[in-house]
Amino acid sequence: MFKRIVAGALALAVPFAAGQAMAQEKVLKAVMHADVRVIDPIWTTQTIANIHGMLVYDTLFGNDAQMRPQPQMVGKYEISPDKLTYTFTLRDNLKFGDGSPVTTKDVIASLKRWGAKDGVGQRLMSYVDKMEAVDDKTFRMVLTKPYGMVLESLGKTNSSVAVIMREQEANTDPQTQVKEAVGSGPFNFAKDQWVPGSKAVYVKNPHYVPRPGNEPASSFAGSKYAGVDRIELVWISDSQTAMSALINGEIDFVEAPQIDFLPMLEKARGVKLMKTGNLDSTVGMIRLNHLHPPFNNPKARQALYHLINQEDFLRAIVGNPEYYKVCHGLLTCGSPLANDGGSAMLKDYNPKKALQLLKEAGYNGEPIVVLQATDHNTITPATQVLVQAMREAGINVDAQAMDWGTVVTRRAKKDPPAQGGWNIFVTTTGGVGSSNPVLHTWLGAACDKGLFGWPCDAKIEELRNAYAFAQTDEEKKKIATELQTRALEQVVYIPFGQWTVPLAYRADRLEGIVPNTGLAVLWNIKKK
Amino acid sequence: MTAYIVRRLFATLPVMAVVAIFVFFLIRFAPGDPAAIIAGEDATAEAIAQVRMKLGLDRPVLEQFAIWSLQLLQGDLGISIFSNLPVTRLIAQRLEPTLALTLSTLFVAVALAVPIGVVAAWKARKLVDRLVMGFAVLGFAMPVFVLAYILIYFFAVQWRLLPVQGYAPIREGFWPFVESLILPSVALGVTYMALIARITRASMLEVLAQDYIRTANSKGLATDRVLLLHALKNAAVPIVTVIGIGIALLISGVVITETVFNIPGLGRLTVDAVLKRDYPVVQGLILVFAGAKVLVNLVIDISYAFLDSRIRY
Repeated sequence: MFKRIVAGALALAVPFAAGQAMAQEKVLKAVMHADVRVIDPIWTTQTIANIHGMLVYDTLFGNDAQMRPQPQMVGKYEISPDKLTYTFTLRDNLKFGDGSPVTTKDVIASLKRWGAKDGVGQRLMSYVDKMEAVDDKTFRMVLTKPYGMVLESLGKTNSSVAVIMREQEANTDPQTQVKEAVGSGPFNFAKDQWVPGSKAVYVKNPHYVPRPGNEPASSFAGSKYAGVDRIELVWISDSQTAMSALINGEIDFVEAPQIDFLPMLEKARGVKLMKTGNLDSTVGMIRLNHLHPPFNNPKARQALYHLINQEDFLRAIVGNPEYYKVCHGLLTCGSPLANDGGSAMLKDYNPKKALQLLKEAGYNGEPIVVLQATDHNTITPATQVLVQAMREAGINVDAQAMDWGTVVTRRAKKDPPAQGGWNIFVTTTGGVGSSNPVLHTWLGAACDKGLFGWPCDAKIEELRNAYAFAQTDEEKKKIATELQTRALEQVVYIPFGQWTVPLAYRADRLEGIVPNTGLAVLWNIKKK
Repeated sequence: MTAYIVRRLFATLPVMAVVAIFVFFLIRFAPGDPAAIIAGEDATAEAIAQVRMKLGLDRPVLEQFAIWSLQLLQGDLGISIFSNLPVTRLIAQRLEPTLALTLSTLFVAVALAVPIGVVAAWKARKLVDRLVMGFAVLGFAMPVFVLAYILIYFFAVQWRLLPVQGYAPIREGFWPFVESLILPSVALGVTYMALIARITRASMLEVLAQDYIRTANSKGLATDRVLLLHALKNAAVPIVTVIGIGIALLISGVVITETVFNIPGLGRLTVDAVLKRDYPVVQGLILVFAGAKVLVNLVIDISYAFLDSRIRY
């Protein structure tokens, strides 16, 4: 009997003790823009998978807030005078979360997998002759041409980041998701505590070795350290609940609070909003289908420029001018390469002229199929503004309402609009990617190998390639201006502005927040 | 009775088979493509096609159905397209919060609605009755999410008495567990309470007009004995039927409640899986829901025999 009582008391005491231990742990509870459902940042381009990836994995280089690549896992590197051979040496004592050392075998296998899947990686690999290990810590990358974006590509901070995995995972077919997420980043992924669609848990990686020198964090560059013992990425799909939970102190950090709630968050005690700069913005795009009439004619495409008053779109999406910016360029406004090339057409808002130009291009009132997403907090209102503007101008619009998942499927169809295809859809992209002509994939015009809408223009592709080989900043700026002018003439897409969503966090509990330039940075955040 | 139960259990097999076939083809023919979602925003059509091929989604639908059916016969619900985890694990992870929410709602609703329905019938056409019926109309008319936001605003944000969101498993302590369920159970339970209170009142009114109740009252029995032992037991069959129907309503109600209160249950898993077109998860969940519904109906049918001795199977 006594034994049973003792056993019972112990059974009650153990969870209590565990609870005490948990209470002493520093836990960062962050609500992200989406839930972690995929643990392989190479297999998918989903932003959230890459945020997960950057907690678990490390990269050879990390681009800083000015988009300059800085060494991260690499201790030292050399570039040959002909710019064809890059020799990289890893920092000392790098280890994966399981304690095994990081070697050049892991690095080469990881780069090969990334280079086979990611667009930027594919472009880089098309100029790579070979990658060879010199020893366990040093490897060489030999190029066929002096490609100018090697380090920038390795340090990219938007999607499909060039993360370094263990060789056993890196040898997985890039079209298949890896089964384990073990990296050499500041945190280990606690797979046993993962509840897809609800919570992903990361615990401090005891084997992580930060860059020496306590370098200040700047986007993906600088010394990274785990500022808390545990990070919980909590998925709260309801924005109002997320906001209430932050105000109530149940969570510490909201990556992307809904714009409607910003005034309430500004007033909430203990909560602070952080604007994350020009580069970390969202860019609105109207994509036209170049395969079918009327938009297979450049004149018809250009006609739509005269329908777009960016303020109308931005007021509908954001409302508060503090968070949006009219931007008539295709390269992120506020970025080093932003320019005015070819943008005069976009500044002439004139719906009558739009219809007249469309008619001159052969448009006879056929229905224009617009894929109208109904469940997206920015794309839905933007599409509504577009449809209304087109109708007011006298264009026959067939707005087909569907959820975003269906838009994503439907936009891949090349059939004529009357047979299940489409003419127009609205989407968004990140300001970091669109600040660079090579990383900005929506700027491409690679015909049927390009993105949906399939713009086709050899000159645009030639200029994007030329940018990748430019050696000086002046040369890069010149090419970027020429490229934008040509892309606007061809109407690869119609921009409708740029906006940022600030981070929201409990300032009474957190310190060391690193402003985003691309993906959210959760390392270095300390809990008071 | 045993033979009846066995017969009913066997009868569930064709029902489940029809549900399985229907769900499989319905979701396949609905627009949307998980490969496009996985491949991401900037993926080319070629990249999407490669993902689709790897996932086996490019195979003929009948072949996909045959593969899934064989797995199902072996008790395997498949692997989530996104998380790469077994569907059974995903469902098991979400079962406890949904069960806890459903049972606590059921408990709150039945424990409050039946007594107030009985009192309303007893005091028919008096002030108490009108208040109860007023509450029932209001409870029925109020959408769950509106009530949920109101409760969160006052009890969590303003007065800080209860948490805004989340679910604390019972292993983390009894009070955190109860605390996390109070607001969701009330929000979800009010509609259900209104329904049961109305049915209880109507059923009780019918029974209270019977001769044997008048006889019981004439014998000088205490009111509570008359109401609870004589009237309520005989009025129970329609009430139990409504409770059974209500469980189906609860399954759909938890979707909204779990979303607003951020409870990681089966309802949210269903919505997320549908939006992401995670076919194996949707199929597995619908089968589980259908199975639960069939079992609830069976339990209700069996309970009739205990409540009304004239019913025999």
